[in-house]
Amino acid sequence: MKTTIKLQDKFIVADPKDNVATARAEIEAGVVLSREGRADINVREVIPFGHKLALERIASGEPVFKYGQRIGVATSDIAEGELVHVHNLAGERGRSK
Amino acid sequence: MKQTFRGYKRDNGAVGIRNHVLILPTTVCASHVARRIAEEVREAVPLCHEHGCAQKGADCEQTRRTLVGIARNPNVAAVLLVGLGCETISAPEVKDELADSQKPVEMIIIQEAGGTMKTIQKGAEIARRLLEYAAKLKREGIDAGSLVIGTQCGGSDACSGISGNPSSGYASDLVVQAGGTVILAETSEMIGAEHLLAERAADSQVAARLIEFVHRIEDRAKAMGVDMRGANPAPGNIAGGITTLEEKSLGAVVKGGSSTITEVVEYAHKPTRKGLVIMDSPGQDTASIAGELASGAQIITFTTGRGTPVGSPIAPVIKIATNSPMFSRMADNMDINAGTIIDGEETPQQVGQRIFNEILEVASGKLTKSEILGHRELSIDRLSPFF
Repeated sequence: MKTTIKLQDKFIVADPKDNVATARAEIEAGVVLSREGRADINVREVIPFGHKLALERIASGEPVFKYGQRIGVATSDIAEGELVHVHNLAGERGRSK
Repeated sequence: MKQTFRGYKRDNGAVGIRNHVLILPTTVCASHVARRIAEEVREAVPLCHEHGCAQKGADCEQTRRTLVGIARNPNVAAVLLVGLGCETISAPEVKDELADSQKPVEMIIIQEAGGTMKTIQKGAEIARRLLEYAAKLKREGIDAGSLVIGTQCGGSDACSGISGNPSSGYASDLVVQAGGTVILAETSEMIGAEHLLAERAADSQVAARLIEFVHRIEDRAKAMGVDMRGANPAPGNIAGGITTLEEKSLGAVVKGGSSTITEVVEYAHKPTRKGLVIMDSPGQDTASIAGELASGAQIITFTTGRGTPVGSPIAPVIKIATNSPMFSRMADNMDINAGTIIDGEETPQQVGQRIFNEILEVASGKLTKSEILGHRELSIDRLSPFF
């Protein structure tokens, strides 16, 4: 059975412009997150404490926003409800090339 | 309401919140003797380091400026310089530079005193006299506008930008509102957030200098052919949920608060203006703290997510945990828990007010965890290798 939880109870969305949210505690796969005025999010994989969840589909090459600011670009297609980290997001600054 | 604390007013008008006697070797060759002198008179603080000789140009000047700045810091009541006698940064020169601080500065030279044992014995005698002098000084009521706070974050996690740094930033704003000075450092952790800081610069010159500093450190990494990623964000940052350098920076710079940036200074330079000041420094915490101490910081506020125990030789470090699990796990190192923001129990403003209250208490003499445990880590940023 799937549990439905309010998004803001388990995640922090730092800015309305953000397409990722930060986990307040570890979240299991399969949890359904409800939010006002928008469709529920199915959490597709474990999101460890402090890590980021995709709030919407982010296509490869598209920017990722946190704190309302650009923190890098998606290096592969990211589905809503997936973990966003070094495997699918890369920064654009401080790089040798 | 007028905010005050009880501090030490120095003869040159500066205000200290601690009353240390510093044993300062001007070269690595005098470090062992300096440490042994401090072992004889336990209240004295040795400032051992690996520098001071066979350094050239801007690198030598920066080391000298850092050592002199730390000795000049108003948390230091008196200084015993320990020289070898043939080093680049000589004890007599440093003594002359410290004259304007109007504090007692004594000196002993190993080659003149007749070797290790005699220097320890004579040095301990001098240090004892300086401690007797310092013991006579008394705290008095001081306006909070005399506070100079250095900010730091280290061992960051994804909560740093949500809990620890915003609350530390609120405390920074309170210090500035009280008329004090806040130093924001760690230039490598401004990369990707410099545009937000530049918008708050007092004028276009301050903004341009800030952007120049950020590009300079980014270019330095490029010139070395190295990728900053791997060192920044560090492996522990990544394990804590920070993915990119921009993400780390955006979360880091908020610890300086939201005030106008009045001035941008080089590493270990003393600001000439009050308010929020940016000092160029590496992201490496202990080297960044050394720069802040040399620029006159009396207290360091330090947020950490992964948990770091580091302190400083002459200024109390207030450790602010960004998450409750780490606050509990490393309770002997953490002074304040900002994890309550993640837990949904407090706001950054509430925690920030607690941090500001703690700053006033620590300024009046309350010991921080890092002081109680004797953490006195120090490193000095270098611009070139030894010659």
